[in-house]
Order: sequence, then C-alpha cells, then structure tokens
Amino acid sequence: MNTVQNFEIFAPKLIEKRELFSPGHRACQGCGEVLALRLILKALGEDIVVSNATGCMEIISTAYPQTAWNVPYIHVAFENAAAVGSGVEAGLKALRRKGKIADRYVKSVAIAGDGGTVDIGFQALSGAMERGHDMIFFCLDNEAYMNTGIQRSSATPFMAATTTSPAGKAIKGQRTGKKNVPEIMVAHSIPYVATACPSYPIDLMNKVEKAKKIKGPAYIHVFSVCPTGWRGASNETIKLGRMVVETGIFPLYEVENGKYRLTMETPEPRRPVGDYLKLQGRFRHLDPGDIVKVQALVDKEYRKLMHKVETSVAWS
Amino acid sequence: MSNVQIMTGNQAAALGAKLCNVEVVAAYPITPQSQLSEILSQYVESGELKAEYVRVEGEHSALTVCISASTVGARVFTATSANGLLYMHEQLHWAAGSRLPIVMCCVNRGVGAPWTIFNDQQDSLAQRDTGWMQIYCRNNQEILDTVIQAYRIAEAVYCPVMVCYDGFVLSHTMMPVDIPDAADVKAFLPPYKPHTILSPDDPRNLNPVLFPGQRRDSEGVLRDGYMEMRYKLQAALDKAPETIRSANTAFAEAFGRNHGGMLWEYHANDADLIIVGMGSLASEATAAADILRAEGIKAGVVGIRVYRPFPKEDVRDVFRNAKAVVIFEKSISYGYEGGLCSDLKAAFYGTNIKAPIHGYIAGLGGRDVKARELVAAAKDSLASFDRGMVEPKTTWLSTFTG
Repeated sequence: MNTVQNFEIFAPKLIEKRELFSPGHRACQGCGEVLALRLILKALGEDIVVSNATGCMEIISTAYPQTAWNVPYIHVAFENAAAVGSGVEAGLKALRRKGKIADRYVKSVAIAGDGGTVDIGFQALSGAMERGHDMIFFCLDNEAYMNTGIQRSSATPFMAATTTSPAGKAIKGQRTGKKNVPEIMVAHSIPYVATACPSYPIDLMNKVEKAKKIKGPAYIHVFSVCPTGWRGASNETIKLGRMVVETGIFPLYEVENGKYRLTMETPEPRRPVGDYLKLQGRFRHLDPGDIVKVQALVDKEYRKLMHKVETSVAWS
Repeated sequence: MSNVQIMTGNQAAALGAKLCNVEVVAAYPITPQSQLSEILSQYVESGELKAEYVRVEGEHSALTVCISASTVGARVFTATSANGLLYMHEQLHWAAGSRLPIVMCCVNRGVGAPWTIFNDQQDSLAQRDTGWMQIYCRNNQEILDTVIQAYRIAEAVYCPVMVCYDGFVLSHTMMPVDIPDAADVKAFLPPYKPHTILSPDDPRNLNPVLFPGQRRDSEGVLRDGYMEMRYKLQAALDKAPETIRSANTAFAEAFGRNHGGMLWEYHANDADLIIVGMGSLASEATAAADILRAEGIKAGVVGIRVYRPFPKEDVRDVFRNAKAVVIFEKSISYGYEGGLCSDLKAAFYGTNIKAPIHGYIAGLGGRDVKARELVAAAKDSLASFDRGMVEPKTTWLSTFTG
C-alpha cells in the first residue's frame, strides 16, 4: 500500500517565505485560483516541473517576456496537461536512470482548470492516472470556462447562470449538477485524492505536502472562487470559500488508499445554501423554490459522501 | 561485416529506433503501425532497450508525451498512421513550434471516410503545413537508415522529422535489411545533447503566451513576438536541406548506402520523360521506366525523398533537361490537384524548365498500382503532350470516373 510516511503537519510559521509564483501577474482582483496556486507552489517547493493547461492561470502568468513562474514550467495546449505531466515523469525517469541528469527526485505536477480537467482534459487525465505515473494533478476549479468568458463546463453547479447557460424564462441556468471528478479519480484506485480550498490554507498545503510524498498518482481538486465569473465581490473570495464548506456544497476531504476522511468538520447543522447563493450574481435568478431544489441536491450529495466517510476502509 | 536479415518495414523502423537508443517511447496502436509499437514494447520489456514506454490512451497523448519528455532532455520516438496522425494533428504544430527534435514514423494509410485501413499518403500529406520535416522511404532498408538519419537531422535543425513509409506495401512486406553495427550508429549519431531543458537547476518556461508585436523584457531588451518566433521555424527549415544532404553523405560514407539526400534519381540524367513520385510508388516507377526504355522511350524517375522542406533547388537541377514530366501521387488536395504536382510546378516557375506536366492520382485506399499501368499512363501523357497539351487535367489512375 502506498502510504505517506513521516508526514509533518504544516503550521503557519513553517510556511515557505519565498514566492515561487511571483506577484505582478495579471489575475483578476480577488482571484481564488491564483491564491491556491501560490499556496500550492509554496508547499511543493522548487524540485518540480509544472505542466500547465491553457486557461486563466496560463494566460495571466506567462505573457512573454514576463513570467510569474520561478519553477520549470511547460504549457502544451488545453486538453492534455495530464499527458504532458506523464511525459515529464517518463523523461525524467529515463534520464535519471541513465545518469544523464542529477539523481534528484523531481516531481511532475500537472495543473489545469475545471474545463481542462473535467471536460476536454478528461481522457488524458484518466489515462495518466490509470497508468500510475508518479505525478500530482491539480484541478483548479472555478466552475466554468472563465478564460474564454464564463461559459458552462461540467463542473458548473446546478442552476448557475453562465454565458452559455444563461438564466432564461424557459431554463434557469445550468441544467445539471456538478460532475464528481474526485469520485472518478477514486475509481481509478489511485493512492491519494483530496478536495481543498484556499480559504483553508493550512488544510490545502497539508494535502499538497501529502500528495508530494506519494510515489504514484495523486489528484487534488481545488475549489477556486472566481469573483469575475460568479458576479461576486472581490473582497468576499475567502468568505465564499468558507461558506461553500460550511454549507456542505464542497466538503473538504481526502481519500487515502480508498479510505475517506473529512479533513475539515462541517458544522452541524450545516449552513443553509441560500446564504452562499445569495452573495453571487450567477444565482441571482433563483427563487425560494429553486433554493430548496439546490438544498435538496446538496443534501443528497453530502449524505453520499458521509456514508463513504463512515463506511469506507483502506484497500490493502 | 554485414548482418543481413529478412524483416518487415515495421521491424526495420523499430530496429532503427532501438539503434538510436531512444529514451522515451509513447505509442498507441493503429493498423498498419501496430506491429512497430509491439516490437518496441518487446525491446523495452526484454531490457534490450533502456527506455520508458508510455502506453498512452490515444495518439494525441502519444505526441504530447513525446513533446514533454523531449523538453526535459530525452530522445523520444512515436509512430502512427492515418486517423491516428490526424488525431494528433494539433500536437504536430506544438512539437514543431516548440522546436523539439522528435522523430515519428508515419506508416502511410488512407483516411476515413469512407473507411479504409489500406495504404495511401493522404495522412502525412495533410500534415504538410505543421512545420515537420517529412522523409519518404522506398524500401525497408531505407526505413531503418532514415530513422537513424532523422535523429541526426532533427537534433541539428531542432525541428521534428516524420519518417513516412507505405502501409502494408512496406510495413508488412519482408525484405532483406542490412542491420548496422550499434557502435557505428553511435559514432554517426552521438547521444542527444539538448541546448535547453526544463530543470529545477535553471527554471525556464516553455510555450508562454506571445503577443502580436515584439515586447521589451525587464532589462529593456526587445524580445520576439509571435511572428518572429514563427519566422525562426521557417528559417530553420529553409536551411535544413544542407543538413539533410550532409547527413545523407555522412551516412553513405559510414555505412555504404546512399539514399539520395533530398531526392533520388533513376536514369533521370538523359531522360526525356521523368516520372515523379514518393515512397514505394516511386520505387514501382523505376520498373515502369525500364519497360519504357525497352520500348525506346527514354524514361527516368525522380523520387522525392524529402517533401518538407521542399527540395526546390534539387528539382530545378535534376529537371533542367526534362522534356516531359508525369507525376503519380497517393494523395490529393481536394478541389485542386496533387500537392506534389502543385509544388513541382511552383518550383519550375521562372526557370527554363518548360516541360509539360501531367498529374495522376493513384493507389488511394490501397488500390494496387502496377508498373504496366504506370507505363500506359505515361504513354497517354506523352500522346497528350504531342497534341500540344502542356497541363492535362489531373487523371485518376485505373479509376471508374463515369
């Protein structure tokens, strides 16, 4: 079994002071995604090669001849970050074995948005996880195609308005619920799957640290608040990230070798989803009846997760 | 001492990759390439080839894996055919734009629809404008030798090379192949030394977003815009023929086999009629030229070995005395004519080469092309030329066209 040994819990004073992702990039005010990225890189350290899918983080950080990345970084298209990460890992392994590069452990890290993970990047992701590459895949999920102008993805939540799922009289925004990709990753029997959110920075960094220590594939799904795309206030990013956890819409958990564990207790009773929805313009069209529907969906998904937390056992 | 063995084209290609000590292989099965990826996996599993073999979930990822593995400094190899090549088309542009010395075999096959698994060259010809060099082989020996040369060329030019050979006609046909000695290959092709790699020791960023215009960096130095970077790719390919010719010459000196550099000739020197083609079809044309010569028609053949970069200077030289040109192609640019036909005409523009030219589309979807069909077609062309036609309409060889 692939378990994490000698794992040290992060404390704020131990956090890396250097910025491996520099300030001065072009992200929007209040961007939760770039905050997550900054914390992730602090936890990963320098001995990595980043494979980044096309998307917000790529566009805002690499406008040549400037770059925000102080680590080796490659961008090869939108749909294949996991395959790029696979090739980095295979290449490093082959060269290290031949003595052509220093015998130093360098982690392959692939980073994509929700579109580059759950939609167009899904096949490459499944392939890479199934093959068992020693890599971490981060999905920075802001719940729509923000880089191209807020079009819906299969990570867009139920009833959210986007530019391709507008809130109309006939149809009120996104018709389906969010695709549960962490669950699909667990179904690949990979050693480590986690959800995280930069509103809980220590929890996020602990998970990154843990994934880094795994020799094998790891997947971390990071909830990334997008004030621009969600029609929210840019000073409420952290608050929204906390509310999404407190409502149980996006619980923070990890799955180590099949064993589910909540890493952040959800308050009981959970906070009503309406508190979270009403702060965002993308849900402005919801009437009280709609909010009841959203609450029912969240309750159902939360119960499913809690059942796994209570009953799952680690595979051996 | 020679070591001649009987093998298929796919075996020859796999052996070529092994002799080049490739470090990462990523491939996905497709007929008629599959045997090649199977053999490579056997080499890796047996320990004969110390490489990482990534069994990807599709051709798009196959080339992606090659791109990123090449970026960290590995010598990489992949191979595909037909719709697999079309599926990885986007990554072909990325590979060339990233200036990576990737070598890929394209085992030529027709593309759907309608569905076919048999040979023509529509797949690789459709990749003409991706920035890859393309070399076409006429027999299995040439496949093995060209894979070795391809790495030397790619690693000098910093552009990827596609080694193309006809599906089934070569891929599944056994021929004697002289296997070069591994030490000789190593002398011809030293281990790959990349000029830039992605490493934490010197963190660099590859493939950032470029703006239309040039921009100054933090030191005030004016840096490339998108067009400058793209121009550099074109400039590299413009200069590549020198590298390709010298790789061919060096190979001929080391191994005693000269495959012709940018193109090869067969009795073209004194020929009145020159037949042109690529790959096994051009090889078949040499048999047609023999028949025509026996009948008193001074025919010769020019095989276009390198299609991109196009051998403009070479064809101007070899066709300078041609009185008639007939081109047989296993692909077409729909709505116009065969791509090679257009390119040859363009190369002749403004020169004294005024020979009439007749293009034929032949052998699509595996339709057999016989030497005597080429002979009959060449005679038809000569008759048309005699009637004063300088550019007869493209003819589909042995095809019911109503």
